[in-house]
Amino acid sequence: MELSGAEIVVQCLKDEGVEYIFGYPGGAVLHIYDALFKQDDVKHILVRHEQGATHAADGYARSTGKPGVVLVTSGPGATNAVTGIATAYMDSIPLVVITGQVPLPVIGSDAFQEADIVGITRPCVKHNFLVKDIHKLAETFKKAFYIATTGRPGPVVIDIPKDVTDPNVKIPYEYPRSVSLRSYNPSVKGHPIQIKKAVELMLSARRPMIYSGGGVILGNAADELTTLTRLLDFPITNTLMGLGGYPATDRQFVGMLGMHGTYEANMAMHDCDVLLAVGARFDDRVTGKIAEFCPGAKIIHIDVDPASISKTVKVDIPIVGDVAPVLADMIELIKTSGRTPDAEALKAWWARIGQWRSLDCLRYDRSSDRIKPQFVIEQLWELTRGDAFVASDVGQHQMWAAQYYKFDKPRRWVNSGGLGTMGFGLPAAIGIKLAHPQEEVICITGEASIQMCIQELATALQYRTPVKIVNLNNGYMGMVRQWQEFIYESRYSHSYLETLPDFVKLAEAYGHVGMRIDRPADVRPALEEALKLKDRTVFMDFLTDPTENVYPMVESGKAHHEMRLAPGTAVDRELA
Amino acid sequence: MRHIISVLLENESGALSRVAGLFSARGYNIESLTVAPTQDPTLSRMTIVTSGSDEIIEQITKQLNKLIDVVKLVDLSESAHIERELMMVKVRATNGGREEVKRLADIFRGNIIDVTPTSYVIEVTGEKSKLDAFLQALRDEDLIEVVRSGTTGILRGERGLHV
Ligand SMILES: Cc1cc2nc3c(=O)[nH]c(=O)nc-3n(C[C@H](O)[C@H](O)[C@H](O)COP(=O)(O)OP(=O)(O)OC[C@H]3O[C@@H](n4cnc5c(N)ncnc54)[C@H](O)[C@@H]3O)c2cc1C
Ligand SMILES: Cc1ncc(C[n+]2csc(CCOP(=O)(O)OP(=O)(O)O)c2C)c(N)n1
Ligand SMILES: [Mg+2]
Repeated sequence: MELSGAEIVVQCLKDEGVEYIFGYPGGAVLHIYDALFKQDDVKHILVRHEQGATHAADGYARSTGKPGVVLVTSGPGATNAVTGIATAYMDSIPLVVITGQVPLPVIGSDAFQEADIVGITRPCVKHNFLVKDIHKLAETFKKAFYIATTGRPGPVVIDIPKDVTDPNVKIPYEYPRSVSLRSYNPSVKGHPIQIKKAVELMLSARRPMIYSGGGVILGNAADELTTLTRLLDFPITNTLMGLGGYPATDRQFVGMLGMHGTYEANMAMHDCDVLLAVGARFDDRVTGKIAEFCPGAKIIHIDVDPASISKTVKVDIPIVGDVAPVLADMIELIKTSGRTPDAEALKAWWARIGQWRSLDCLRYDRSSDRIKPQFVIEQLWELTRGDAFVASDVGQHQMWAAQYYKFDKPRRWVNSGGLGTMGFGLPAAIGIKLAHPQEEVICITGEASIQMCIQELATALQYRTPVKIVNLNNGYMGMVRQWQEFIYESRYSHSYLETLPDFVKLAEAYGHVGMRIDRPADVRPALEEALKLKDRTVFMDFLTDPTENVYPMVESGKAHHEMRLAPGTAVDRELA
Repeated sequence: MRHIISVLLENESGALSRVAGLFSARGYNIESLTVAPTQDPTLSRMTIVTSGSDEIIEQITKQLNKLIDVVKLVDLSESAHIERELMMVKVRATNGGREEVKRLADIFRGNIIDVTPTSYVIEVTGEKSKLDAFLQALRDEDLIEVVRSGTTGILRGERGLHV
């Protein structure tokens, strides 16, 4: 088969089984767009801003486990995509981003729409390529998909100069069947001696704790994690990225940990004697003050990326490997050993956790005449039976979504944790809906975040991706306002959005349904009505209490047991 | 602690900036960095001299290994090794001073590789400390120019760094 560079690009995508490509055209990629025009296997989704393309591809990837694919032009097209690439990088999401480049002979001459995108993205990609030779195209695509999806996943950029896709230059095409790189061999199996040591330690624990993260979602290991946790009857907490890795409605789940984690999760972290960290990277929002992180615990850490191990917290038993096979080995070892942890000790530990739980740290004022954001999420959880895909933006609403929507399954909670990118939610929701047309897809957002990628409402209409937008409109950049209240004596410097658009009219202008809800009694009926509109995108503008804060809160630099709790929460001295 | 890390990396354009970028982005120290192709034209060998606590050095080697272009690396400072740096020094050498400079060069086993009526260029090779000592021995006012290659190194004995 003789193909041009542009046709090779499209054929490689077909050979990789790519279903959707999210993109935006421009001069440097027009040959590729012409090749896309002549086929229908790879469906192109035209976004309204290249940032939206990367987030939509990212939402598609997070909800399916398959790589998300993006196509943008050189210069401004590529630089617009950078925020989305960095977002995916921080959360280890597999993306393949194709950027057009100016023709080879003019690279380096400040040509029209030239940007050194390989240089610009170098610190925020897993790897990137500049393809200078049409004969290297197919091999580069094979490598890019392989690198993006294996080991610790991440985004890969392929920069292609326009002349490499020249329709008049054709070469024989064959997609490589396999790929091997002498410099890249991610480990899969954990070291048996380390696993044995870890199991010994776990079986000897008196106050054990499991802390699992995004690696369990990325590594499709929720089943193994659940089996192991139940087998041992250990308490388990999830990071923001790990939610859904263990069923949140289960008795053994103590909630999220970290800055806005539950009282019981953070206290249990502080007091545990053995910590099993699974696919989590000891982020500063999780650990709080490093010097006082799990002060009495021996730590086991399973991670596919050796650089994640002992990066911020020194661990006692490192296990480099893919979570699923490592957890399976652990389960096997425990079962064949016939041993169980000390039942008495475990019983006492659960009793202590029960006391912490009884504080009910997520309680909020249910009698207020203002809409409480927590209430909206609770109602949403009930009405969707906890089974929706939820894409979130960044801010207080993100934390409330994480705290009050109890995810029982992996890949249903999609949010930007590492970079914390406002504007992520709506395009991500569109990507999810394309991948799961029969499922309920919700975008939880705030009035500030939604305006950062609001233009994607047009994309949602064009591709008939009916998502339900829950705008928790507190009039403030609430998360910023909260920090200003706590740390800057309520000097609300530029965190108030004085001129908000009329979101109902805005939604209608984009061809969708808009609703404004400002009384607590209307919350549930509005949600019910919106969920009934199966084939429409509905924008629900909930006017919520502008003074509400996210609790508990471990302020930066504080330790887990030094939480700020909601006003009026009485902590018994015995408990703390 | 000072460490010398030897790295084999793909001889691809951009590989060098990935390594340099890693050091600046993560705030690691870099005392010197040298790089050149090896006898296998697909590979370059880089020598990085850096310093940091054990934890930092561990992170540096892990982060380097994570780069797709890095094929293999070894921390030479963990084993018996030899390190060398090349220096070329241009000094003023007039009248009586010429003999003095030549004598110093001999003591440090340096070679005079360029001669004019008023200057010498002296080539000296050795460990960093030897080169530092040579510079100390010269009079500041005689120094016209100093060029150093940065340190390279190799393991002692039969063991080598191969793919
Ligand atoms: C406003 C805001 C507030 C936040 N507050 C909190 C908070 O209160 N609590 C909280 O937890 N987070 C919070 N975060 C998120 C936080 O910034 C980090 O993104 C998050 O804690 C990281 O989660 P993780 O440790 O699970 O790591 P991830 O970023 O999900 O990393 C996954 C880890 O697993 C490894 N891995 C990947 N695949 C595999 C595999 N197959 N096998 C083995 N290992 C694998 C990776 O190498 C990596 O080390 C907040 C973010 C924002 C924006
Ligand atoms: C692109 C970007 N800019 C700035 C920030 C800093 N920031 C974090 S949360 C936040 C406020 C978000 O406000 P809103 O979307 O209304 O959510 P709320 O906190 O009110 O729920 C800001 C500005 C960010 N995370 N991302
Ligand atoms: Mg807000």
